[in-house]
Amino acid sequence: MSATIEFVIDGKEIQGQPGQTILEAAQQAGVYIPRLCYMKGLVPHGSCRVCTVLVNGRPQSACTQPVAPGMVVENNTEKVTALRRNIVEMLFVEGNHFCMFCEKSGNCELQALAYRLGIAAPKYPYLFPTRDIDMSHPDVFIDRNRCILCGRCVRASRDVDGKHVFDFVGRGPHKRVAVNAEVRLADTNLDVRDKAAEACPVGAIMKKRVGYAVPIGQRLYDHKPIGSEIENGKK
Amino acid sequence: MVASKTNGLKRVVIEPVTRVEGHGKVTILLDDKNQVQQTRLHIVEFRGFERFILGRPFWEVPVLVQRLCGICPVSHHLAAAKAMDRIVGGEKLTPTAEKMRRLMHYGQFFQSHALHFFHLVSPDLLFGFDADPAIRNVIGVAAKYPDLAVQGVMMRKYGQEVIQRTAGKKIHGTGAIPGGINKNLSIAERDELLKDLEQMITWSRAAVKLAKDYTLQHLEKLAPFGSFDSNHLSLIRQDGAMDLYHGGLRAITAEGQKIFDHVDYQQYSEYIAEEVRSWSYMKFPFIRTLGPEKGWYRVGPLARINTADFIDTPEADAALKEFRAATGNKTCNISMAYHWTRMIELLHAIEKIKELLHDKDLQGKDLVVRGQRREETVGLLEAPRGTLFHHYKVNKDDQVVMANLIVSTTNNNEPMNRAVQKVARDHLSGQKLTEGLLNHIEVAIRAYDPCLSCATHALGQMPLVVELVDPEGNLIDRRAKGM
Ligand code: SF4
Ligand code: FES
Repeated sequence: MSATIEFVIDGKEIQGQPGQTILEAAQQAGVYIPRLCYMKGLVPHGSCRVCTVLVNGRPQSACTQPVAPGMVVENNTEKVTALRRNIVEMLFVEGNHFCMFCEKSGNCELQALAYRLGIAAPKYPYLFPTRDIDMSHPDVFIDRNRCILCGRCVRASRDVDGKHVFDFVGRGPHKRVAVNAEVRLADTNLDVRDKAAEACPVGAIMKKRVGYAVPIGQRLYDHKPIGSEIENGKK
Repeated sequence: MVASKTNGLKRVVIEPVTRVEGHGKVTILLDDKNQVQQTRLHIVEFRGFERFILGRPFWEVPVLVQRLCGICPVSHHLAAAKAMDRIVGGEKLTPTAEKMRRLMHYGQFFQSHALHFFHLVSPDLLFGFDADPAIRNVIGVAAKYPDLAVQGVMMRKYGQEVIQRTAGKKIHGTGAIPGGINKNLSIAERDELLKDLEQMITWSRAAVKLAKDYTLQHLEKLAPFGSFDSNHLSLIRQDGAMDLYHGGLRAITAEGQKIFDHVDYQQYSEYIAEEVRSWSYMKFPFIRTLGPEKGWYRVGPLARINTADFIDTPEADAALKEFRAATGNKTCNISMAYHWTRMIELLHAIEKIKELLHDKDLQGKDLVVRGQRREETVGLLEAPRGTLFHHYKVNKDDQVVMANLIVSTTNNNEPMNRAVQKVARDHLSGQKLTEGLLNHIEVAIRAYDPCLSCATHALGQMPLVVELVDPEGNLIDRRAKGM
């Protein structure tokens, strides 16, 4: 392995490897950079912008930006956090996210991120878009009300499962996750064991009939904020 | 009560009813001699909750339906879970699952009955129906009877803690899932609940005594107040015991004769129909064989006490016997007796909680069962306010395609209208519109503890506005209450 690349995040010296992104190098060093569209094992997409950091004062997405020697990165500062808060708030109002009865509650990355960033109630108006739910597949369903267009399902299906079950169609407010069939998820070759069936950070693509099997208090983010597993060096 | 013609009649409008959960409106039509011609309890908002459920995954429904009601969400949670048990063929629950659900349910009864009695009703009982509204409220109770106010708060809190430890949260928990429960009760949780248990039992005994003494002392005034003969309906255990969580349907007449008994509630629609009336969003259920005129019935504490042969906890059973003795061992049709019977149930609920907390099944690990899948289902239980029906159809894709809910307050729709009519006739005819008189009507409605928000799926409360309208529709008098 070639020489390490030294740089700084919030005053902390980090040693990265050539070819690593800021997010990966930070993670290795136990520094959590919030993210949504990034998922370990998938090609970074750089679309959600939640991982935005300031590199030498300029905003960059940490999940796509490679490390370079001597960079000065701002991550956990009030300025950057405020920016991320805005992005997450917009994701909330753009969809129909009813945490109080969503089965993903407590295991949802979007919700957990909102808590971590200290969002109480969004300041933007809710758009309440009309979105559909596709329950046709025997084992998996997609509820587009909760989709944040992160593209993790798209990449997981294409790059890991080698299937291409999901893809984006439409632009702007009309952009949505489509399935590789006339209309229904049932007519694709999606299997419940596919990576795509477990890639969704929110409650949009879910395994059926699991529901609320995990009680409140034992869910992923009930006691520890999202990212703490990285900060505690468990990843 | 329907006036033959509404021309030439004055309208008295009480809107909405205060200290009732939700939003209601009372209209009284007077004729030119100030005689009551017609009364109607209007429900003015509708959210179409059934439609909101359509298309959703069935396992989501027990959590989703809790949004119907801020006061007894657990009843909806459990009724929907009971329905969804049958969808997954898991209605024969494991002992741990059934007992956890029962514990949750009794916790709900305890907190709901305590809230209603101490916060909503006690001002009327302690200060009198005609008392100045400035003191006839929970703040007034707190000032004059601080111990009672504190008990009310602590009892409600205890019930909520039972709910939290069974459902995961005080409101909108997730405990009951199709075919079972998602957690058991840890020893630590059990011991937490045992700490205040004896205090709760003591206070519940005192609450029964308070309601009993009040009722007996004022029996002459209370007996006719908003009263009328009616049928009564509730679930009943196979041996005739009161059972708030499960059983068959029993209906009796005003004299106590059985109309039907131990009916499997999956077939409820063969026995009960709902009538729609143009002036109300709330339907009017009735027993089919008797028809809409004679087939309406009461539900809730009074109905359950009337239908039960006995109660399977000793202190509540003794209280039931006292109640029966006071009413000459006959079916009781006194509206104001709801308060006493509600407190008997409060005592029953806390006795049941005690029984369950000492049951080792609550620490069992077998939580969920699954069996033969079904597509149509009914979940029924006794909610604090009365029998609650949840009826669903689920398609092969696991989506809800039909939902029909008959909530407790809807079951009591006709009775509440009758109570208003009775009070209006007895107390308002030919008299001036006073705050105290108007409150009499509210007192009668409140006896039924209506949850108008879940009956019509409306949310929120508004201050009380009273309007007197002349035959031409001109406003001639107006009263507003700040609540
Ligand atoms: S369905 Fe889930 S994984 Fe796919 S784009 Fe939407 S939020 Fe991302
Ligand atoms: S995680 Fe980097 S842009 Fe989404």
